[in-house]
Amino acid sequence: MSVEIKNLSHTYSEGSPFEFKALKDINLTIEDGSFIGIIGHTGSGKSTLIQHLNGLLTPTSGTVLVDGKDIFETKKTELIQLRHQIGLVFQYPEHQLFEETVQKDVAFGPRNQGLTEDEIDQRVRQSIKMVGLDFDAIKDKSPFELSGGQMRRVAIAGVLAMEPAVLILDEPTAGLDPRGREEILAQIKSLHRQKQITVILVSHSMEDIGKMVDKILVMNEGEVVFYDTPNRVFTEISTLERIGLAVPEVTYLMRRLKDKYPEIREDIFTVEAAKKEILKVIRG
Amino acid sequence: MLKDVTIGQYYPTGSVIHKLDPRTKILFTTAFVVMLFFLNNLWGYLATFLILATITLLSKIPMGYIIRGIKGLVLIIMLTVVLNLFMTPGTVVATLGPLTVTLEGLKVATYMALRLIFLVVGTSIMTLTTSPIDLTDGMEWCMRYIPFVRRYAHELAMMMSIALRFIPTLMEETERIMKAQKARGANFETGNIISRAKNLIPILIPLFISAFRRADELATAMEARCYRGGENRTRMKQLAFEFRDGASLVLMFLMIVGLYLTTWIQIPLLFPV
Ligand SMILES: Nc1ncnc2c1ncn2[C@@H]1O[C@H](COP(=O)(O)OP(=O)(O)O)[C@@H](O)[C@H]1O
Ligand SMILES: [Mg+2]
Repeated sequence: MSVEIKNLSHTYSEGSPFEFKALKDINLTIEDGSFIGIIGHTGSGKSTLIQHLNGLLTPTSGTVLVDGKDIFETKKTELIQLRHQIGLVFQYPEHQLFEETVQKDVAFGPRNQGLTEDEIDQRVRQSIKMVGLDFDAIKDKSPFELSGGQMRRVAIAGVLAMEPAVLILDEPTAGLDPRGREEILAQIKSLHRQKQITVILVSHSMEDIGKMVDKILVMNEGEVVFYDTPNRVFTEISTLERIGLAVPEVTYLMRRLKDKYPEIREDIFTVEAAKKEILKVIRG
Repeated sequence: MLKDVTIGQYYPTGSVIHKLDPRTKILFTTAFVVMLFFLNNLWGYLATFLILATITLLSKIPMGYIIRGIKGLVLIIMLTVVLNLFMTPGTVVATLGPLTVTLEGLKVATYMALRLIFLVVGTSIMTLTTSPIDLTDGMEWCMRYIPFVRRYAHELAMMMSIALRFIPTLMEETERIMKAQKARGANFETGNIISRAKNLIPILIPLFISAFRRADELATAMEARCYRGGENRTRMKQLAFEFRDGASLVLMFLMIVGLYLTTWIQIPLLFPV
């Protein structure tokens, strides 16, 4: 599914003293099957933007086209159908768990889709496995007796079980330990590769997304600053720093090395690539 | 949807009314509410209207904002009006099938409706112009003069300020959880009453859990900072009566007396005396 955002603006509490322009005239296209990272300082409008993609928020002006169709022109029932296709994992999704058992909670989405019990059961098994949990060990537990990281995975599984064509995740690794973070990101990455779905990953860590995504969307104060490949975005160090973002540490290192070895490449943002490049330059 | 709830909301504009001491406003609002129930003719309600209009203008709060607060009460007001209109015995002025409208009914219905509207507007002006913290500080001071309640004045005020503080937070939380469940295909917009009630479970359970978690965290944070209730506690920001409070108290006293005097007016306005 391709998603096209056209002249999208959103103002919260319009007409009250708390009025706030959270998005200002956003235009961009997300191609089918691509992996997009959205990055920006807290309050830059990332969460507001993604909630427009499945019609949870209605734009103040502008619109969103999914596969060429204006989602704000459709009927309510169609919008509900659309939400089965565009899965959105909210920030701190573990706060939405409510069922008695993990199995029932993950089944909530597929059940709303009106699937048969067999299909639901199969999807629940699959998605729990996909987030790296042991189905048989966890299925009858209460979601509230799990650890924070496990709750997060169960909540993500709840959205995966709907088998969306577009998966949007709002800071899925916020508040997790480094290992949990790595694991969740790796699972998202492999999911994207296996199922060929479109993935939109919101994060505020350049390190996390730089190495996984096709394109990075950089936001600041409700506007798009860059929408380009990581290589090109990471060369704009001064602009990124001005809006409170940083490039990965290794990119800084490569920059410093360039003073000494002018032929070294700067557009590098993983330790792996840096190693290769440094060896290449040193060995001449 | 949830944003239309204006009860207890604060609307800062920095006006003269906002700057008044909360105690002044609480005293006046109390006197005003009591006075509303003494009014017995339209002159009094006319005067009340003028007083409220003046205060609203001075507070610089948009009229629309205040009217929005009444909207939520339309149902209650309608019910009161209808009941009074048809249930009051007296001189019949019109008949609608088995129902009769009496002159007395008309009078009582009008007065009740006006009373309710002015009651809501009067109290919302107080909450709209006073920050929750000031309001509870003022309440605490006032409660110290009420026997029996006096002992718990601080605790009650603290409970009230926490409650007020958490109204917007809980609303936000509700909205967030609702959106998260909608993203999982939940449908809150269509269906009959029973299925709608059942659909509330995925909202209410996470909401309760988060409310308890917040309460627990807040209590721990307060204890960690050695909170022990009102005993020996001093305040960083002392309430202080200013010249404008004195001046407004005098004005308010005159207004209340004026309102009381309207009950003696013998000239009929719309309804006979
Ligand atoms: N429900 C809301 N009402 C009013 N303002 C809001 C609301 N949600 C977000 N905002 C404001 O909009 C801005 C963008 O918020 P958000 O999209 O959550 O940013 P991000 O996800 O990038 O941190 C913030 O300044 C925030 O305070
Ligand atoms: Mg956010």
